[in-house]
Amino acid sequence: MHVPDGFIDAPVSLATGAVAVAGVGIALRGARRELDDRTAPLAGLTAAFVFAAQMLNFPVASGTSGHLLGGTLAAILVGPYTGVLCVSVVLLMQALLFADGGLTALGVNITTMALVTVVTGYGLFRLLLRVLPMTRASVSGASFAAAVVSVPAAAVAFTLVYAAGGTADVSIGKVAAAMIGVHVLIGIGEALITAVTVSSVLAVRPDLVHGARGLMKPLELRTGGRNAAEPKPSRA
Amino acid sequence: MTTKRFFAVFLLVSLVLAGIVSYYASANPDGLEKVAEDKGISAKEKDHSLKDSPLGDYGVKGVDDARLSGGLSGVIGVGLVLLVGGGLFWTVRRRGPAAGPAAPEREAGAPAEPSRKG
Repeated sequence: MHVPDGFIDAPVSLATGAVAVAGVGIALRGARRELDDRTAPLAGLTAAFVFAAQMLNFPVASGTSGHLLGGTLAAILVGPYTGVLCVSVVLLMQALLFADGGLTALGVNITTMALVTVVTGYGLFRLLLRVLPMTRASVSGASFAAAVVSVPAAAVAFTLVYAAGGTADVSIGKVAAAMIGVHVLIGIGEALITAVTVSSVLAVRPDLVHGARGLMKPLELRTGGRNAAEPKPSRA
Repeated sequence: MTTKRFFAVFLLVSLVLAGIVSYYASANPDGLEKVAEDKGISAKEKDHSLKDSPLGDYGVKGVDDARLSGGLSGVIGVGLVLLVGGGLFWTVRRRGPAAGPAAPEREAGAPAEPSRKG
């Protein structure tokens, strides 16, 4: 979904760039709380994994392909602030080294593929976990659902940016329909990769999954349906 | 699985995906490219200003074999993202002897009460 140079006019590119800078700035501050001696290397590896997975375009429909965006995945593994940074680093390296994603479009790409995917994907993930039982299956299911939604959300964000500053004279309604349609399909691929990866890490090292914090404690300490670790039962 | 071994496996998986599996990726345009072509957005596309860079378009300049060139660029990319990302995260992290409210809290809590109920 990398936007090349020339699609978005200069003022809107600049405005979206400002949004991206603000978002990355907030992420840098928030990531401090998520990163320690153990999770910092994990976050570096997560960024590397997202880069690798983004090379794997999978076919979706009639001559179209899609690839992982990775925002939801990174946010669940290492936290939302760090997740934004993971995808942003990937996008920056792709634009600077691999000529993938325009330099003037870097703000657009960070906004749609890092900020929007993390905010929608991780937000939905947390909401789902609030209503689901705290089990491994819930975490996997919630990652799937969150990832599915995050991709069309990014497509909507691109369409909005295009509506504001698109350089070609095209029907925004048609762009929106086409973008959302194909990205729902790509979202399913995103969800499969996300759920498989999250489940795999959960299977071997659940303690390393940021989004599954709290999963360990009730599982190990629950006695008779109540959390034995709590000093006093808050409510019957 | 030890943390070290887990990290090694995670890195290996990324290297295999970028270095080997990427060769089998679909070459079709991705969702945005396709929509841009179909709806006439692409007409305004400008060439990437760094399109002739040594790793441009996920290949290594000077390496003719497609499989080798693409795989090598993937491996280099994984390494560079790890280096830059890891460096950033290592700089930003909380310092101190594995301190911090999030992680050790549950680790300290878990072994305290080894209640084993079926």
